[in-house]
Amino acid sequence: MTNVTAVTGEPAALAGEEGRGPPAPASMLDAARLVLLRDLKLAFRRRGQLVQPLAFFAMVTTLFPLAVSPELSRLREVAPGVLWVAALLASLLALEFLFRDDAHDGTLEQYSLSGQPLTWLMLAKTVTHWLLTGAPLALMAPLAALSLGAPGASVPGIVICVAVGTVALSLIGSIGAALTLGIRRSGVLLALLTLPLSLPVLIFGARATELAIRGSAYGAPLELLAAMAILGITLAPLAAAAGVRISLE
Amino acid sequence: MNWTWFHRLASPPYIFALARRLTPWFGWTSGLLIAAGLYGGLVLAPPDYQQGDGFRIIYVHAPSAWMSLMVYTTMAVAAAIGLIWRIKVAHAVAASCAPIGASFTFAALATGSLWGAPMWGTWWEWDPRLTSELILLFLYLGYMGLRGSIEDTQRADRASAVLAVVGIVNVPIIHYSVTWWNSLHQAPSVMRLGKPAMPVAMLVPLLIMLLAFTLFFVAVLLVRLRGEILSRERAASWIGEALGS
Amino acid sequence: MTRFFDMGGYALYVWPSYAITLGAVVLNVIWARRSLSRARAAARRRLAGGGSGT
Repeated sequence: MTNVTAVTGEPAALAGEEGRGPPAPASMLDAARLVLLRDLKLAFRRRGQLVQPLAFFAMVTTLFPLAVSPELSRLREVAPGVLWVAALLASLLALEFLFRDDAHDGTLEQYSLSGQPLTWLMLAKTVTHWLLTGAPLALMAPLAALSLGAPGASVPGIVICVAVGTVALSLIGSIGAALTLGIRRSGVLLALLTLPLSLPVLIFGARATELAIRGSAYGAPLELLAAMAILGITLAPLAAAAGVRISLE
Repeated sequence: MNWTWFHRLASPPYIFALARRLTPWFGWTSGLLIAAGLYGGLVLAPPDYQQGDGFRIIYVHAPSAWMSLMVYTTMAVAAAIGLIWRIKVAHAVAASCAPIGASFTFAALATGSLWGAPMWGTWWEWDPRLTSELILLFLYLGYMGLRGSIEDTQRADRASAVLAVVGIVNVPIIHYSVTWWNSLHQAPSVMRLGKPAMPVAMLVPLLIMLLAFTLFFVAVLLVRLRGEILSRERAASWIGEALGS
Repeated sequence: MTRFFDMGGYALYVWPSYAITLGAVVLNVIWARRSLSRARAAARRRLAGGGSGT
């Protein structure tokens, strides 16, 4: 069973398993895999919580036809923006859970003491966040887009754009989540910190999606999104690790 | 290399005394320069052949925008120094910068909007420079909000320092946004390599104002810095003496 | 004189801009001085109340 000690390499006795002696310290890749699997397992135990951001996304995209106009031609124009604002907000919602439980039960502390690079573990956790939030959103986005008047041919483009963009969003969000650890009712502050840094992703993501819906080439903004995601992968876990260490001090 | 000067700069009582001594110099000089710049900009400079007297907004808009970027950079550098070398004074500097920077970012946005309305025909435009300047304001507010939400000063210092450093990417985006993208906002006419694109009579008051605001920033920073140092030095012996004055 | 106040027709934009910016200048002065005096008062209270703490 995946447990924290396999990541930290502490004596098995602490985990309640007798007579096995300390396991060999995990390699970085193993440690990351263990963190990822652990987070996924824990997330699936609370399926209700898992579905919330996705349900939120669906609801927000439903609000616009009702509030703006049911005319598909008009909706098609605002569809990219609606999709992305909804995705951003849904991603924000899920961010609160990224570190909160692990901070509460001391797991984060174990991670930071484990001798594994905390940055790497933060990346693993953020990947999980994306798998649980961004990837499903990328799959749901086409449905929302279709309901807002987008043509069927645009579906693959929408999936790619939202998938890449949400990677960047998860990474950027992990920084704010790490910095606001332990602050009570940090939801609004987290949004205030994350939104400014997410705006470029929003701008280019919406632009790429708009081009995809129109059937034009969306390569240029998509490349920028990918560049942001890559920049995020290299830098965000560093900042998140720094934030976690500061919050644990 | 003799590092004594660096260590002295990290010493709270030294900085406190230095700040007190220097504030009047920076304060009064900046006041005089602002007055000179105002006179030069409002009275002496000739009207622009395209924008008439409306261009005079530049004498308050450009310094405000300059402040918004310069102060953030100072804040981020101080925050980084505080994080890396764990120097309290550096954190105090960063904390002092934020309200100054936020207020001038707001001024830059407001004066920019007032300038854009007659010239571009719109109060706002979601172009790269304006949008990223708005992001800068949010970053300042987020920084101050994060500081305010963490009770322990040391933790607040360090957490907000990470945020300040992360946000520094926005500064080059703001500055270069007008060259990288087709922006409604005009390209840099002063802050660029090569000769500035403005006639001297218009340029001189602008340079005076830029200098004046910079000195003003230092003056205000020094005042705030003293308060921030005091609040970080819980029961140090030098405080009693320093407060006696 | 009126030409000065009129700012070539742009008075509505120029003068509020100057007012906002100079307002920011004044605000910063007041705000900074207030924060310093508050910090000094707090420091005095700490010194008077607890003497030297750790």
